[in-house]
Amino acid sequence: MSTAHDTVDFDEALAMFEPVLGIETHVELGTNSKMFCSCATAFGADANTQVCPVCLGLPGSLPVVNRTAVESTIRMGLALNCSIAPWCRFARKNYFYPDMPKDYQVSQYDEPLCFNGYLDVTVETDDGPRVFRVEIERVHMEEDTGKLTHAGGTTGRIHGADYSLVDYNRAGIPLIEIVTKPIVGTGVLAPQVAKAYVAELRDLMRALGVSDVRMEEGSLRCDVNVSLNLPGAEWGTRSETKNVNSLRSVERAVHSEIERQAAVLTTGGRVIQETRHFHEDTGRSTSGRSKEQAEDYRYFPEPDLVPVAPSEEWIEELRGTLPELPALKRARLQAAWGIGEHELQTIVNAGALELVEAAIADGVDPAAARKWWTGELARIANDRDLELTDLPVTSAQIRRVEELVADGSLNDKLARQVFDGVIAGEGDVDAVVAGRGLAVVSDDSSLLAAIDEALAAQPDVAEKIRGGKVQAAGAIVGAVMKTTRGQADAAKVRALLLERLGVSE
Amino acid sequence: MAAMEGDLVRQEAAVLARAIAEGEVSAEEVTRAHLDRIDAVDERVHAFLQITGDAALEAARAVDRKRSEGIPLGPLAGVPIAVKDVLTMRGVPTTCGSRVLEGWRPPYDSAVVERLRAADMIMLGKTNMDEFAMGSSTEHSAYGPTHNPWDLDRIPGGSGGGSAAALAAFEAPLAIGSDTGGSIRQPAAVTGTVGVKPTYGGVSRYGLIALASSLDQAGPCARTVMDTALLHAAIAGHDARDSTSIDAPVQDVVAAAKRGDVRGMRIGLVKELGGDGYQAGVSQRFNEAVEILTSLGAEVIEVSCPNFEYALAAYYLILPSEASSNLARFDGMRYGLRVGDDGQHSVEEVMALTREAGFGAEVKRRIMIGTYALSSGYYDAYYGQAQKVRTLITRDFNAAFEKVDVLISPTAPTTAFKIGDKVDDPIAMYLNDIATIPVNLAGNTAMSLPVGLAPEDGLPVGLQIMAPPMADDRLYLVGSALEEALVDRWGHLLIEEAPEL
Repeated sequence: MSTAHDTVDFDEALAMFEPVLGIETHVELGTNSKMFCSCATAFGADANTQVCPVCLGLPGSLPVVNRTAVESTIRMGLALNCSIAPWCRFARKNYFYPDMPKDYQVSQYDEPLCFNGYLDVTVETDDGPRVFRVEIERVHMEEDTGKLTHAGGTTGRIHGADYSLVDYNRAGIPLIEIVTKPIVGTGVLAPQVAKAYVAELRDLMRALGVSDVRMEEGSLRCDVNVSLNLPGAEWGTRSETKNVNSLRSVERAVHSEIERQAAVLTTGGRVIQETRHFHEDTGRSTSGRSKEQAEDYRYFPEPDLVPVAPSEEWIEELRGTLPELPALKRARLQAAWGIGEHELQTIVNAGALELVEAAIADGVDPAAARKWWTGELARIANDRDLELTDLPVTSAQIRRVEELVADGSLNDKLARQVFDGVIAGEGDVDAVVAGRGLAVVSDDSSLLAAIDEALAAQPDVAEKIRGGKVQAAGAIVGAVMKTTRGQADAAKVRALLLERLGVSE
Repeated sequence: MAAMEGDLVRQEAAVLARAIAEGEVSAEEVTRAHLDRIDAVDERVHAFLQITGDAALEAARAVDRKRSEGIPLGPLAGVPIAVKDVLTMRGVPTTCGSRVLEGWRPPYDSAVVERLRAADMIMLGKTNMDEFAMGSSTEHSAYGPTHNPWDLDRIPGGSGGGSAAALAAFEAPLAIGSDTGGSIRQPAAVTGTVGVKPTYGGVSRYGLIALASSLDQAGPCARTVMDTALLHAAIAGHDARDSTSIDAPVQDVVAAAKRGDVRGMRIGLVKELGGDGYQAGVSQRFNEAVEILTSLGAEVIEVSCPNFEYALAAYYLILPSEASSNLARFDGMRYGLRVGDDGQHSVEEVMALTREAGFGAEVKRRIMIGTYALSSGYYDAYYGQAQKVRTLITRDFNAAFEKVDVLISPTAPTTAFKIGDKVDDPIAMYLNDIATIPVNLAGNTAMSLPVGLAPEDGLPVGLQIMAPPMADDRLYLVGSALEEALVDRWGHLLIEEAPEL
């Protein structure tokens, strides 16, 4: 309904209104098997190959709870400072949709496994970092649905499609849903708080090892609730923007929804309680289904499952397995490495914190560890569409490259090629250097021969330099670097060149 | 054993098993005899929806081979059995008596079928039932009613009328039923056969197509208490695939059936299950059985279970609620019937058209009741309240079992009624299960066994024995003692009085 022109500028909007946020996050747990059967959960398998009577919901089949999923949920709850229910049940959420094998989803309703927690998140402001406490309403377990692909039609949605395909590999994959209490008092920082919260959740889950949170594979999905109210007034009607699947999108979804609702409210309109669809390409959302008439899911306790009743001992045992939590870890490493918040953030954003930490522990120079893991290696991972952690680069290899740079055998450009070779499986550092012939050419006579060749090829440039135009030297240095395939030290080439021509800087 | 041959179909399972084990008769001969009997009578009885003759003969020959090779066989090896069409059997059409599942061949065996196979038993086919086990007469089967072998114009009970009729018509010596509110016991009562609803969780529900998950329980059906015990032992036991399955050893029901002793036992007569509303002949035969139990040395006292009055009402909220959810999956998307898939209808329309065409009136009625009862705003008043009643009924049982070892009542208020008599009156139909429903609500175990023919119509009357959860052996102690005394009195099993078909 709303289009780009009926929005109010963000700052203008928040000069008038106060935002209230609420975020529901669904994350696929990293268990080897599904929530209620033993089917594999690997991403990317051929459609409908990881299915059985249980996750297909065939008549007569019955669910059995995956203990590891319960364990992961409790650990997540503990890390979020939640209380753990001594006794709770699964519930059926009933609705018809072809991606649901049973036409109900096994979830939890009024008896979540974990409840009443919080997560502190840090947001950068002009006045330095600011901490917000995001209160957690609940953390519960449920099963994922299948995945629909709509063919034909123009909207990519089920309505108007010529036909639709269903892949039930995803059906029954364990999800945890983490629901915040209303987040108030963020003001203009609302989009950043939302983003920081989701980022913190992601880091927490990775640190706990309960999920590898591959957002690009849709393993973390957020529903973002936003409402606006006048200062001191009651909270406004909220909208729910569904399936926001990246950190950047979370930020943008909050931002654009604040602008949209402000426009509705300032023109005397009424915000409709509805779900909205977020569009990655435009950063805006469009109206989905109205929730004015709340859908009735007819929840009732799942009679095919027995209650989950974690004992005190088990909960304490799980508490003992919690690793150092990300916020504490970041503070510790930042202090230990003596770096600023910004540089730390760069490392965190690159997903390199653990790798850098490990490299330093393995004796790699701290600055070098940070430089390689957030720079060249991150670029290579990105180019190859790999996770940083998937790169087959060891601390010993980084150390060796550093040694070769230090003694002048390699320069940075060559070092990159060395890593490229290592990752391409061409062998260890020295093997790649030898195999690709990557040693720095430091032999003066061969450099001088290359210089003479370049000068002969560009006599006009040579003349300019002799005439005192030192800045023209770059063309000759470039030519020499080219003929030596980058294996020369450019500064040295320049010095030799000027010496050859009897010119000084 | 040529002498036995003519009688093969009238033999007890225990006798057949022994004869097969001792080589007096082959499993193949026994199977053929039953398939021939089915051929001869099932056109009139219609106990079976599906006859798996070739597979049965093949399985029988495999048993004979095993025996000849000296491989040890189980206590029921080679004995034929009929399986209610509510249990999945790999590759064999499984319909639950519904059009919506027509043509569906499950890719997996239910736990019960697995155990029957493991016991080297011979599955003859799938038996008729009320659609999705909703009914007390088998008239709600989409594939036509089953007829009571005692009187072909009468119902064989339901929902497991097919299994009970197969026993009474000597088409199979053993059968599997499922009991959500009496679907094993009431058909047993009206066909003069024996049936047990085991303790909830006693027999795995894996592969038992759910009607109401918290009430459903598969169980054994036979013509004698001992045969029922042998089958009970074969199918009971823990199964990790059913979360509600009890992880504890099964009581020795076979030993209890062998012992058959009520001396010193306290037996409670449930005051609320009898008297007004029970057919005179039913009450008469029941009272005679009570006298026998007393004469055998039991102490029979009257026990009150005041909340049983509300059992039927609670049951008809809990069952439809669970069923409305359990039956949601029959939407035409993945298996079974699909209606309206012509490129013109939306997915919702195809689902609606499929369910409209695929479900019968009784199923639709219960889905609508259940959908309503679970609705927001009504949940507490209906489903929530019904669960409270359920708790009260369980407390009634607990209190009663502090005073007595088992409870007894007539199994059903009447003998078999005429086909068509109650099919248009759901409440009258529901009242058939008034005495059997409390047991399902509490998760107890119960047996129905024949105690005679009602004088007014000459049709079988059943007596129900109820025991606490995980005390299934008590049913067999009492049932076996009573059966022995009755057989002594009659000179034969009651089923021998069934008319020739």
